[in-house]
Amino acid sequence: MKLYLQYMKIQIQSIMEHKMSFFLTLIGQVILTVTAFLGIYFMFLRFHSVKGFTYQEVLLGYSVVLFSFSMSELFARGFDTFASMVSRGEFDRIMVRPRNEIFQVLASKMEFTRIGKLVQALFMLLYVILKSGIVWTPYKIYVLVSMAVGGTALFSGLFLIYAALCFFTIEGLEFMNIFTDGGRELGKYPLGIYGNAVLKFFTFCVPLAMIQYYPLLYLIGKESRKIVGLCPLAGILFLIPCYIIWKIGVKHYTSSGS
Amino acid sequence: MKKYISFFRMKLIAGLQYRVAAYAGMATQFMWGGMEILIYRCFYLENQNSFPMQMQALASYIWLQQGLFLLFSWFLETEIINSISDGNIAYELCRPCDIYGMWFSRTMAVRVSRVLLRCIPVFVFAVCLPAPYGLRLPPSFTAAGLFVISGILGFLNVIAFGMIIYISTFFTISAQGIRIFAMSVVELLGGSVIPIPFLPDGLRQVVELLPFASMQNAPFRIYGGDIAGIEAIQVILLQLFWLVVMVLIGKAWINKALKRVVVQGG
Repeated sequence: MKLYLQYMKIQIQSIMEHKMSFFLTLIGQVILTVTAFLGIYFMFLRFHSVKGFTYQEVLLGYSVVLFSFSMSELFARGFDTFASMVSRGEFDRIMVRPRNEIFQVLASKMEFTRIGKLVQALFMLLYVILKSGIVWTPYKIYVLVSMAVGGTALFSGLFLIYAALCFFTIEGLEFMNIFTDGGRELGKYPLGIYGNAVLKFFTFCVPLAMIQYYPLLYLIGKESRKIVGLCPLAGILFLIPCYIIWKIGVKHYTSSGS
Repeated sequence: MKKYISFFRMKLIAGLQYRVAAYAGMATQFMWGGMEILIYRCFYLENQNSFPMQMQALASYIWLQQGLFLLFSWFLETEIINSISDGNIAYELCRPCDIYGMWFSRTMAVRVSRVLLRCIPVFVFAVCLPAPYGLRLPPSFTAAGLFVISGILGFLNVIAFGMIIYISTFFTISAQGIRIFAMSVVELLGGSVIPIPFLPDGLRQVVELLPFASMQNAPFRIYGGDIAGIEAIQVILLQLFWLVVMVLIGKAWINKALKRVVVQGG
């Protein structure tokens, strides 16, 4: 952990060498997500509700997804750019060091410009918490927190799979974006509205619905069984198969040389 | 003219090399299109009266957007940006041709080459989808003809605007902030986040006059019959107007920039 903080410090120092560029990118990131948010806002000006979900309820689901996505982007960014690491042979360097590989990849790159998105997701969450009229019992607070934690784990797991696949393909695979960026895109609205097939996919294959849809139903009172609050744990369990895939990938690794 | 055409060919052939990347990209495009359709279908089923377009026109819009994504979407060629910030531009300035025209044709070629590989399978897939959710032929021959004209103009508009952003790099060295800012503006006002008819009244009328609406919005809506007849002609004239304005601005600005360009070693 101490070493991780050390890595973090180095990263921040290197960013601060180009302050102007950093802040402009930060602002740019915020504007980019604001447009996504405006898109939802304009849709609701016209339609008022979708499949029985109000604007605030939709926003609650979206802000949780956006928050977890930017959290995992902030910390698991190293996996996102992993393809170039493998193709340049930098992974060899990591293999010979006496530390866990995942740890080193995680620490090698942190994307602090994503903080902008994170702050924005937090603002959206706060706004919704104040406006939605949900009565916040301790259990509901726990559910909300576990949604965010589970979501972060889920997206990090997806990034991990993405990186593991690079061992086989050397190149980055654009189609993995369907699960990460696509998950965020579909996560704008409660996943249940897309119909049964999509919901099943996001329950059993990529358990995004477990951290967004089911607990959301509980929070807004559409579902009263308390057990639903445990769904977000699936996000953390999801890390296990991801880790196995990663391990297989590392075993399979042959250096690309140079 | 001949030298611009050969620049175009060079880049086109280079772009056609990356086939695996293109296949992966296509799969992504199918899925994205499908997701978009899913989202709008929910709203359509919710309240058909508030829906500002025909579902069919919207589906065509989305599939065209996915298929021609690389033609109209907003991205910049890092090669050009880098050549400005790392000083390689000095070589290009030595060449005996107009740099504006050279970059213009190069950007066009990169985009066309990538699209050629990708668009056809996406369209074939989209045509096979059931009635209101797939891609259908335009309602009439005039619509098809106008779509082609408007599509070409829209494409040129995207590049002309991109040129202005490239040129701004001369003044700022690190253009990342401006790039991301321009990107979000174009995405919102150009109809990539949500199609322009979905914007609230008042805002929509203003946005339709801006150059961003002359990019993908115009041809895609003409294709689906959402804009037709005399209105379509007006939209095309507006596209032409913005194209001329942006090219003139770009040319004037690049001349000003080149007068004071300082190449920093290297």
